[in-house]
Amino acid sequence: MVTEMRNEHIDQKNKGTHPHKFTLWVGIASIIMTFAGLTSAFIVKKHAPGWSTTEVPVIFLYSTIIILASSATVHLSLKAFKERNMLRYRSLITITALLGLLFIVCQIIGFSQLWNAGITLEGSGAAQFLYIIFGLHALHVLGGAIALFVIFFRAYSSKVRRYNVVPVEVVSTYWHFVDALWVYLYIFFLINV
Amino acid sequence: MSNDVALHGHPEVVGSHEAHAHHHKETFITKYVFSQDHKMIAKQFLITGMVWAVIGGLMSVLFRLQLGFPDESFPWLEDVLGRWAKGGKISAENYYALITMHGTVLVFFVLTGGLSGTFANFLIPLQIGARDMASPMMNMLSYWFFFGGSIVMISSLFVQTGPFSGGWTAYPPLSALGDASPGSKVGMDLWIISMAMFIISQLLAGLNYISTVLNMRTKGMSMNRLPLTVWALFFTAVLGVLSFPVLLSGVVLLIFDRHAGSSFYLSDIFIASTNTALPNEGGSAILYQHLFWFLGHPEVYIILLPAMGIASEVLSVNARKPIFGYFAMIISMFAITVLAFLVWAHHMFVTGLNPFLGSVFVLLTLMIAVPSAIKVFNWLTTLFKANIRFTPAMLCAIGFVSLFISGGLTGIFLGNSTLDIHLHDTYFVIAHFHIVMGVSAFFGMFAGVYHWFPKMYGRYMNNTLAYIHFWGTIIGAYLIFWPMHYEGFAGMPRRYLDYGIWESFKQFAELNKFISIVAIITFALQFLFLFNFFYSIFKGRKVKDQNPWKANTLEWTTPINPGHGNWPGEIPEVHRWAYDYSKDGRDFIPQTEPIDPNESKH
Repeated sequence: MVTEMRNEHIDQKNKGTHPHKFTLWVGIASIIMTFAGLTSAFIVKKHAPGWSTTEVPVIFLYSTIIILASSATVHLSLKAFKERNMLRYRSLITITALLGLLFIVCQIIGFSQLWNAGITLEGSGAAQFLYIIFGLHALHVLGGAIALFVIFFRAYSSKVRRYNVVPVEVVSTYWHFVDALWVYLYIFFLINV
Repeated sequence: MSNDVALHGHPEVVGSHEAHAHHHKETFITKYVFSQDHKMIAKQFLITGMVWAVIGGLMSVLFRLQLGFPDESFPWLEDVLGRWAKGGKISAENYYALITMHGTVLVFFVLTGGLSGTFANFLIPLQIGARDMASPMMNMLSYWFFFGGSIVMISSLFVQTGPFSGGWTAYPPLSALGDASPGSKVGMDLWIISMAMFIISQLLAGLNYISTVLNMRTKGMSMNRLPLTVWALFFTAVLGVLSFPVLLSGVVLLIFDRHAGSSFYLSDIFIASTNTALPNEGGSAILYQHLFWFLGHPEVYIILLPAMGIASEVLSVNARKPIFGYFAMIISMFAITVLAFLVWAHHMFVTGLNPFLGSVFVLLTLMIAVPSAIKVFNWLTTLFKANIRFTPAMLCAIGFVSLFISGGLTGIFLGNSTLDIHLHDTYFVIAHFHIVMGVSAFFGMFAGVYHWFPKMYGRYMNNTLAYIHFWGTIIGAYLIFWPMHYEGFAGMPRRYLDYGIWESFKQFAELNKFISIVAIITFALQFLFLFNFFYSIFKGRKVKDQNPWKANTLEWTTPINPGHGNWPGEIPEVHRWAYDYSKDGRDFIPQTEPIDPNESKH
């Protein structure tokens, strides 16, 4: 996924990147810094006394599969859009948005499983970091889902026919990014917990 | 072409007001309030920053009254401040609230929002030849988040328990426990909300600045032809975009510690005021310091780099010489940007940091002296044998260089972890950072305002007032902060309410009085600048010449009062760098002039 994003980036660069797309890339760098800050805080804290670990609930594996699938559908929907296959584009973008919401539902289920097991925000171990880091990531997915719904409604508004590929590309790049970010965070927790 | 894309919502890209009327009527709201014109947003940032500077400066006057005259009471203070100064003396809690707010306001709302907010917005599109920012909408949002954050921060001054009072760095446990001090209650929540809005504002702005510089330059404006102001503002934006998010993650953890019972920063605490032992275990306040200073140090350069860029441009224009070492300047700024991320722990030498790690940070810190010295050398060589025009802007730019040298040298002392054991948290630190990034950045800002005021408002500021303001301020600044070095060497700690009870620091009573008096005079002098600024907007001498400073950069090819879109016709094409002054017998050659085949190479 990551290499795919990179190639796309280089291709656009050669053509001269659209300012909005460039803004997105800088924004992605800034989101990376947020999570780099949190995960490095995790590493610093891990070696401090009083650290407690928690098993990562299995449901997060399902959410990983879901978000990977949604990345595939968003890719296909972009392809459909470029081919002016609007019917296919619409259905794929709908599926992507729904998968995004399903992902968030899975995260909430995961959180409540942990919470019901008696692991709350009290303390300073892996679980507390998990709530915050995964929660913050879910917020970013939610933002992406909202953006998906915006272009989804645009696709259904019959007044204007829009063939500008930039908004769709921006949203799809962002979506791949939150996907890649999730894979990083999930693996980070699997290794470090 | 990309310029057109960004502006498709605004067909009124024509310069004159007559032309506006034909297309699209601008209301008062769209023109002055929710404006998407980068020039108006710049002015909004500037004036908001000025309001903040007066508030923040007034705070320093109030606490300097306490420091200079600890035994006296000022009944009029109670009339003005009410319960903040019962019996005419500022209470201890409010003294701490004042120094905390002074720091927060000046660092973030004046020298970050007011300085880079103003000049990045104003200069980037004008100097690279763009009609507006990459996203004018985001630019507008950036200002309104800044404004919202400002309102929240001001509102914290008026809550019952007072604003946050644990220092601008907001270290836990003071910032994490509501019971720790009165200011840690609602005041701290408002501080967090305000800072979160400020961070969002800076991120929106930074994203815009970066993509504008990289994507929207006019034809011929390659990166190596950019004026140094744009380079400096570009690096500033890069620093902001990469460091503010880390502060945000630090603050997120802080919120959970405050309100959700987590213990990221808290461990083994007994609160005397409520006589309770807290259950929190395993947290570490040092973790917060790491996250905070990972922003906090780049923040210093976020403040300083725009001033450096402005000084470079103003020095070159008024010395009528090309800037010395253009590429060295860019590489130095790049080096400063990279090093800014690698030195944060020098704020934490005495926190029990591993001494070996400390020595690595000493090395990296002292390395910053190299690019800084290169820049100083280049500024001085630009001035060397120059035909200097001592405009107010030029004086302020020279003042900036002077202050940067004086303050930078003491940084070498503080960057050593061994010397820092003695000097940390003393007045030496206060003197160092106020000179090197506080006052010097202010001089960069003054230089920028004097220099670009004709472009902003089509009028000149008054020179006589400007000269009085310059000399008064620079002498005042040195008289205030120079003596603090001595106090710091003697070990006088910062942030204390009253030094009279300490035998070792009684000797400084008169010196403190002197500093306070100068501080009050210097603060009063700033109203001269404010008066000059606001008077000149309406009554200043009108600019008749399109290029009043005989400068090369693109902003002076726009009409005297440019409309939204900056250039009435085509955006001019660029053929050369911005610093062809006194070349081939010509005083200056604008960037838009094609290169003559017989021209000498620079």
